[in-house]
Amino acid sequence: MFGAFMMRILPTLVAALAGLLIAGGVASAHPHVWVTMKSSVVYGPDGAAIGVRHSWKFDDMYSAFAIQGLDHKDKDNFTSEELQPLAKVNVESLKEYDFFTFAKADNKKAEFTDPVDYHLDFNAKDTVLTLHFLLPFKTPVKSKTLRLEIFDPEYFVDFELDPVDPVALDHPPAGCELTLGKPQELTAEMARKLAEIPPDGKIPTESYGAAFANKIMVRCP
Amino acid sequence: MPLTPLSRERVIVALVLCSTASSLLLMLGAHDHALAQASAFGSRGGAQPSTGLIGWMFAKQAEFYREMSGVIRAAKTDGTAVWTLLAISFVYGIFHAAGPGHGKAVISSYLVANEETWRRGIVLSFASALLQALVAVTIVGIAAALLNATAGQMCSAERVIEVVSYALIALVGVRLIWVKGRGFLHAARGLARPLHAVGAAVTPSHDHKHDHHHGHHDHGHHHHDHHHDHDDEHASAWGHAHGPEPEELAGPGGWRRGLSAIVAVGLRPCSGAIIVLVFALAQGLFWAGVAATFVMGLGTAITVALIATLAVAFRSAAKQIAASRSGYGMLMLRGVEVGAAVLVLCFGVLLLTGYMVAERGACF
Repeated sequence: MFGAFMMRILPTLVAALAGLLIAGGVASAHPHVWVTMKSSVVYGPDGAAIGVRHSWKFDDMYSAFAIQGLDHKDKDNFTSEELQPLAKVNVESLKEYDFFTFAKADNKKAEFTDPVDYHLDFNAKDTVLTLHFLLPFKTPVKSKTLRLEIFDPEYFVDFELDPVDPVALDHPPAGCELTLGKPQELTAEMARKLAEIPPDGKIPTESYGAAFANKIMVRCP
Repeated sequence: MPLTPLSRERVIVALVLCSTASSLLLMLGAHDHALAQASAFGSRGGAQPSTGLIGWMFAKQAEFYREMSGVIRAAKTDGTAVWTLLAISFVYGIFHAAGPGHGKAVISSYLVANEETWRRGIVLSFASALLQALVAVTIVGIAAALLNATAGQMCSAERVIEVVSYALIALVGVRLIWVKGRGFLHAARGLARPLHAVGAAVTPSHDHKHDHHHGHHDHGHHHHDHHHDHDDEHASAWGHAHGPEPEELAGPGGWRRGLSAIVAVGLRPCSGAIIVLVFALAQGLFWAGVAATFVMGLGTAITVALIATLAVAFRSAAKQIAASRSGYGMLMLRGVEVGAAVLVLCFGVLLLTGYMVAERGACF
């Protein structure tokens, strides 16, 4: 009897659960802010990396939101001075999100301190804001490898590399090499391949770069 | 060893409870957050791999949102662009609501805890989504359009509303636990008592009346009478059934009961709507932004209503299982209700304390 009842009820139950699970599976990120980024790794005279300089260009909708209600003399433009209070708020609130910048030097996490040298500029033609700041390492980094990832774990902010010269090395020691990975290059096939580390432990360079989404890798001798 | 009916039931109870909890958590996007956390320096990174239908939906969602700015700009000179804007907003609303959000989770838990008809589930979804749109329009309309407030000031307003909304969710949870916890205790006590005991028909009725005054303030006295008129029902498969029938709850005036849930869920505006509204205002087309926001809300409502309907179907499936077993089955159903009520409280408390993040405020 119980069996017969289950047979009757099962389709409903399964449909309901499947629905709920699909709804759950669909739960994914949904950006509201788009950033086109240009970054450079800044090196000191002794060859240690002292920080990362970011230029983040926001999309026009978010820019309009950010400048809403701000005082400005020219009705179509904003000066960096007029935007300075906003720049301050921006860099201060970015702290909560670790500046969306995650670094590893020789596979050890490298910490950042509060941004310096920050300002906003406004492009009156495209009506977009760009935030410039230098994010210093807590202690300058001297390492064979320096890996940087720029992304929002909650994907409220979408970061994409500027198509033109997205990343540069600022006064690097001789022999340092830069590799970039763009997020869209990571395919399921690539992910599967990466999971298989070859017996000799050497990962092919081309797949290595592609695997790291929005990732910057600097190798120094 | 073959399962006896009783142990089979236990397995079902466990499955039902676990799947309710896990689906709701999944819906909330908790797993997504966990994945994202794990991905720092992992293989996934910041980008969402776009595979299959879901990937396509998300790629589309982002595309639609980004297209809005161009379409709003175009609408300044070309009136027909407004239709494009509305179409985009509608589809965006449907897709967007499928993403993480506490609203769906709270509404679904609320519907699992309460005996509701699917119609009421849909009304609840539409009302909360439209309230959400209204709040966004009100904030931007008053703060930005009238007072020329800054983004920071609007975000402060958003944060206050957010706290009130989360506190309301916690309160709805507390009330549900109070009401449903009593139902569970009745069911438990009913099991311990001989089915035809005279006292059984009297004591629960008294308690129910009490319950009725503090909790379900609107199911009317007829329910109290109902028990006296149908003492035999206590011997039926439903055991000491105290769950009001759906028809009674969905009756006239019944919708007020859902009002707290509608307000709790709909109070917090979507950050995306606020950004679009401010952009439309800056472009001198505030009304287009308002229209887009309401159409977006309509799209959102459709998705939420779909999920709400599933929650109602899920609950009625649980009820049917319960109906097949006297006493114990009812206890199970009451257990599911209490579980869902606890989830609502958990959502409220976790959101309030910041352990669970719904959607980031527009000033991230």
